[in-house]
Amino acid sequence: MDKMPAWADAFLVPLISLILAALLSALVILAIGESPTEALKLMVEGALMRSAGWGYTLYYATNFIFTGLAVSVAFHARMFNIGGEGQATLGGLGVALVCLYLPWPHWSLALIGASLGAAAFGALWALIPAWLQAKRGSHIVITTIMFNFIAAALLNYVLVNLLKPAGAMDPASATFPDATHLPTFQQMFSTADNPLFRGAPANISFFLALIACVAVWLLIWRTRLGYEIRALGHSESAARYAGISPVRIIVIAMLISGGLSGLMAVNTTMGESERLLMNATEGAGFIGIAVALMGRNHPFGVLLAALLFGFLYQGGAELALWTSIPRELIVVIQALVILFTGALDNMVRMPLERLFLLLRRTPKGPAE
Amino acid sequence: MTDPVPAIELKGISKAFGPVQANKDISIRVMPGTIHGIIGENGAGKSTLMSILYGFYKADAGEVFISGKKTEIPDSQAAISAGIGMVFQHFKLVQNFTVLENVILGAEDGGLLRPSLAKARGTLKKLAEEYELSVDPDALVENLSVGHQQRVEILKALYRQADILILDEPTGVLTPAEADHLFRILDNLRAEGKTIILITHKLREIMEITDTVSVMRRGKMTATVKTSETSPEDLAELMVGRKVLLRVDKTPAKPGAKLLEVTDLHLWDENGVERLKGVSLDLRAGEVLGLAGVSGNGQSELLEVLGGYATATGSVRVNGKEIALSGRDCTGQARRAIGIGHVPEDRQHEGLILPYTAWENACFGYHRDPSYQSGILMNNAAIREDAKGKMERFDVRPPNPNLAARNFSGGNQQKIVLAREIERNPDILLIGQPTRGVDIGAIEFIHQQIIRLRDEGKAILLVSVELDEIFSLSDRIAVMFDGQIMGVRDAAKTDQRELGLMMAGITGDGTTDAAKAAQHG
Repeated sequence: MDKMPAWADAFLVPLISLILAALLSALVILAIGESPTEALKLMVEGALMRSAGWGYTLYYATNFIFTGLAVSVAFHARMFNIGGEGQATLGGLGVALVCLYLPWPHWSLALIGASLGAAAFGALWALIPAWLQAKRGSHIVITTIMFNFIAAALLNYVLVNLLKPAGAMDPASATFPDATHLPTFQQMFSTADNPLFRGAPANISFFLALIACVAVWLLIWRTRLGYEIRALGHSESAARYAGISPVRIIVIAMLISGGLSGLMAVNTTMGESERLLMNATEGAGFIGIAVALMGRNHPFGVLLAALLFGFLYQGGAELALWTSIPRELIVVIQALVILFTGALDNMVRMPLERLFLLLRRTPKGPAE
Repeated sequence: MTDPVPAIELKGISKAFGPVQANKDISIRVMPGTIHGIIGENGAGKSTLMSILYGFYKADAGEVFISGKKTEIPDSQAAISAGIGMVFQHFKLVQNFTVLENVILGAEDGGLLRPSLAKARGTLKKLAEEYELSVDPDALVENLSVGHQQRVEILKALYRQADILILDEPTGVLTPAEADHLFRILDNLRAEGKTIILITHKLREIMEITDTVSVMRRGKMTATVKTSETSPEDLAELMVGRKVLLRVDKTPAKPGAKLLEVTDLHLWDENGVERLKGVSLDLRAGEVLGLAGVSGNGQSELLEVLGGYATATGSVRVNGKEIALSGRDCTGQARRAIGIGHVPEDRQHEGLILPYTAWENACFGYHRDPSYQSGILMNNAAIREDAKGKMERFDVRPPNPNLAARNFSGGNQQKIVLAREIERNPDILLIGQPTRGVDIGAIEFIHQQIIRLRDEGKAILLVSVELDEIFSLSDRIAVMFDGQIMGVRDAAKTDQRELGLMMAGITGDGTTDAAKAAQHG
């Protein structure tokens, strides 16, 4: 009706932002005396041209899907959940306890159990900030950030004092029993004469992430709860008028959000390291914010954005391995992408809107 | 007198926002020392035109002449130096500054405040005597009544030596007495040779005070006439483009059983201020009880309590049964379940979720109804179908349920809310400001719906700040002032004057003390 068509809003704006970020990154790479085209080629080859590259890209993407969805669900209720990092950390603890202390006959059952454990621990970690926000008005951004630090300290304590096997030097739990090892892409898709995804960490939890995308889509746009979450997010006064309890919705939305963050640990802790490590989240909780921003808080957008960031992570690792481009520069490139797709969104959107208005007016002649 | 030069002349002003032509080829001449009214429905382009004159928007085409001189107005500074002052509908005052500080804000004479303040004090005293514009210069703005705050806005403009004053819907927030005072001020200003442009949608004010009036419709100027040579009916027709019934046809009410009994309601807001001070009233089936009063005297709080989203103490009985005023059972959902429908005062922030589509809004509040569910999911197809029927029956235009609520005009948004609440067939309907920001054509329709509902035997509590509306719809009229009911009158046996006094806290027997009045009532 007004402004521009939905497809342009959903795809054209991020695409142009991305191209701008890429151009600026190219300038930075030029400035340190490397060739941007070579760098791009290396990134694409390393992340997308070989199945092992894909195996890493998808592994990272799986993390970002979970944390991106987590931020999205909270955001629909106008909550800015910055605590994905801490919730994923606790999710890892949940996974570890479930895998270490329950006897699992088969990985499929263990996957279900670990998912429940991860989601429950993540959700509980989000519950306290949610409750403080809903009941006391303590700002969710502040509390969730604080809870990230508490989570890190708590994990440190638990690993060093409780879970570390006697005599081990590094702060990590014992390796999980064999029955809980998840099938990797290598095991799932390789055949004798066509080895695929060799050595890559991508595993079956990628499909869990895809299921989560569909589930979140259903939740937000097809259920009564989603309707109430969005209603509260758009207008608290209207929600109150309608008899929707803000306290209840805030708490539930944050529980779901925390649960989704926690689920990320199934991928890292159970699927990849197969034991609980310090700092297994590697900042994925924060990348989730960028992913949600870029994906417009829509599960499909989150999926695409997570793939992009997976590509940047894996491609960046390749760059650091094969060129003299320092690892820090990869962070710069990722930051530029976040800056353009998230923070500077309107810079691209507004001229584009004007362009569309212009295009619309010309063929019709002067407006009535 | 030889051909006088107009104070303001606009020639061929056009302005488009994207595909919407807000102003199209508008020309007016306003003579000095006159009051010129601009009237039109919401969205007719009045505000856009004034924003162009005040430098907020740049016109796509056209010229502005001030006192015969072609003037460019790129920003509000330029407008001020051209002698134009504007009094907005929503005041632009710093609440915790004094009157004096507000007046000099942006017009200080130098780096030090003292000399400016001293000068302003003198000027203000002179202005106050000249125009009946007295305000205590040392009072904090937050402690002033709305009427006085408006005077500060006028003083601000005059202090900047405005010769041309634009007032945007100035009486919307005033009591009738305050409005009268404002008109006296405007009279004095006119007598001193100031030029005034009055933007309003109230025909009565146009007839009362203006010399000439321009009518706008859909971005165009449809007519400019001498006020003495026109009538409210003619103006309404020019505004809407067809004949309009200004009065509602209705038969006398046949009140039935008491459906709602409110006794001794008290409410304190989060700052501990008592907003409802022992409100009692009752409402019968088949009648419209109008609740008059200047906004902010507790009407909103009363609606919120009855609607189930504010907590209070006291007693409310619906059909003889006590309902919860706090705790778990005090929710909008519980109220709907016992047959209380509620068209809230603020449709944009309460009644509707603007980014939601029309169909999502058409079930808002009733979205837990079993007929809207299918298993664990919502039955969106059924809701959409349901919404489509409602929109057709209530003549919502365009009748497209997939359009976001924010894309409908004010009148059509209100029809969506009304359709939702009325079609649920409530026994009691609470209606707040049913026609605020609604165009005349839709007002007619909405008023007819309210009367139809009354004739079906429903009990209707109507809250409105428009006395005309209260009069044309109500069977009984209660007046609220300072959180209390000042009295209830039979609509046929009272008049604007009596209600106006009650709205200012003065009861019929001459008591001025609101607390005393409460004991009587």
